[in-house]
Amino acid sequence: MEKVIEVKNLTKKFGAFTAVDAISFEVSKGEIFGFLGANGAGKTTAMRMLCGLLSPTSGEASVAGFNILTETEKVKKSIGYMSQKFSLYEDLTVSENFHFYGGVYGLRKSEVNERMEEMLEHLDLLHEKKSIVGSLPLGWKQKLSFSLAQVHRPDIIFLDEPTGGVDPITRRQFWEMIYAAAYEGVTIFVTTHYMDEAEYCNRVSIMVDGKIKALDRPAELRKHYKSDSMDGVFQVLARGTSGKG
Amino acid sequence: MKQFVAFVKKEFRHIFRDQRTLIILFGMPIVQLILFGFALNNEIKDAGIAIFDQSKDVMSIRLKGKMLSSGYFKEVEELYSYKQIEKAFKTGEVKLALVIGSDFGKQLERKEAARIQLIGDASDPNTAQTLTNYAELIIRDFEQEIHSNGIEVQRGASAIPRMMYNPEQKAVFMFVPGVMALILMLVSAMMTSITIAREKEQGTMDILMISPLKPVQIILGKVTPYLLLSLINGTVIVLMGLFVFGMPVRGSFLLLFMEMLLFIITALGLGILISSKANSQMTAMFISMVGLMMPTILLSGFIFPIENMPLPLQVIAQVLPAKWFIIIIKSVMLKGSGLFNVWLPSLVLASMAAVFLVVSMRNIKPRING
Repeated sequence: MEKVIEVKNLTKKFGAFTAVDAISFEVSKGEIFGFLGANGAGKTTAMRMLCGLLSPTSGEASVAGFNILTETEKVKKSIGYMSQKFSLYEDLTVSENFHFYGGVYGLRKSEVNERMEEMLEHLDLLHEKKSIVGSLPLGWKQKLSFSLAQVHRPDIIFLDEPTGGVDPITRRQFWEMIYAAAYEGVTIFVTTHYMDEAEYCNRVSIMVDGKIKALDRPAELRKHYKSDSMDGVFQVLARGTSGKG
Repeated sequence: MKQFVAFVKKEFRHIFRDQRTLIILFGMPIVQLILFGFALNNEIKDAGIAIFDQSKDVMSIRLKGKMLSSGYFKEVEELYSYKQIEKAFKTGEVKLALVIGSDFGKQLERKEAARIQLIGDASDPNTAQTLTNYAELIIRDFEQEIHSNGIEVQRGASAIPRMMYNPEQKAVFMFVPGVMALILMLVSAMMTSITIAREKEQGTMDILMISPLKPVQIILGKVTPYLLLSLINGTVIVLMGLFVFGMPVRGSFLLLFMEMLLFIITALGLGILISSKANSQMTAMFISMVGLMMPTILLSGFIFPIENMPLPLQVIAQVLPAKWFIIIIKSVMLKGSGLFNVWLPSLVLASMAAVFLVVSMRNIKPRING
């Protein structure tokens, strides 16, 4: 399998505090990779480094085949990002949001239009093209947000707790979108708090105190830690530490 | 470049979609100028005057007539004794009393010093000061008139003041540059800091930072629309000053615009600096209000003369960009100064702009919340 994310001994220190402690892992093309950990475990810091927003203290990593230290610009063009807070401008229309993001990634107007029609059609939201985003329901916004993260056809999409505050049905639909994207060969790198969502991932890594404590397919992890749910696995791993988080 | 255009387009959409922003942008300058220009007028028209004329001769009546036809005064009461003066003041309608000594005309004829007394109601010191100044001017004018009629007036050395650049001492000449500084500060610094803080607050800054846009492009994209709107606003104020209030532009328009641009850039630098510290719109607005707007109104010399302030406030006034901007604008508009005359305040402004921009750019770090 082609590796799209390769991380070797990636470390980030803030003064005396080691936020990310020599983590190493690989993610294959089209994989849904769950990045789990309690708050303060170092997830966000690791993700920031992979997105080219933070330089590592030591170690190396490549994303979409580009070195995150020396080829940051190329990394940025190859990735999409969506956070818990959504990525939409509430006072702009759906179409204006698409044209803005498309424009920022250097797409031509016709390309944006084509891509927008295609994606809205898929979401069955074509009729909302001219609606102000702020007037749409939360679930729709979230789906639009995910579509926007893909407008420039990135190789990898980073999702930072994308389903926070959304009802179970919408979450379920959202994961269907994630699967659809992965099916087309897009790699998904997702952080989440919901352990049931961890089950949907192809592989998950669990970070505790800056280190990756476990990394495998959910079924293997459950077997290894003799638990019937990911929640159980997480509890075992998190409790095994200094009691923080 | 295409990315940048897409960004600026988006910024304009934000501005034109939000009615509150639009009102602040285009309503404020006009309202402020009209308010300061008309309502807060410290010029006096038709102030009540009481006259105690002890001579009642040709000359005293002529002086009286000159006083009342000036437009500044209207006679409210004729007095017949000194005692009546205080009573007249107590009615509140009389602001100034003019006492003409007996034998006024004869004294003038005999080339003796004629006695005239002005009594002001200093319970409102500013008004009293202004009124006595007006009255003195009229009396001096009267002296010159009769002097040219062949009657020589006996007098020692006396200075005849002439108010250059603003002979009528129009207050609006002070307010136009002041309002301009205030509005440009409001639009450039406050609105910019709020709009950048908004991206942070809503989490869209993360997306921008992750996009191929460079931090410098993001900031430039955010400020460009406000730069353009500020220039438009500045122009509107100059034109209103010119056509509504009759404030001339004696210097070059080009220089005026360059100085305006310089001040806008300084203010934008401040706005960026504030937004690099503030993570919410409320914080940005609060810092701008207290840190920028209030000092600009109170300490820039726009309303209160800096020379009359206590030393610590005078020191603060020196670091206000608005103070220097007002000096420049007044000089260019009223005195017709060229860059040669205003190079020093311009240099101060330029240095401030450079410092603010460098510091704020250093403060903008690509970062995701969390």
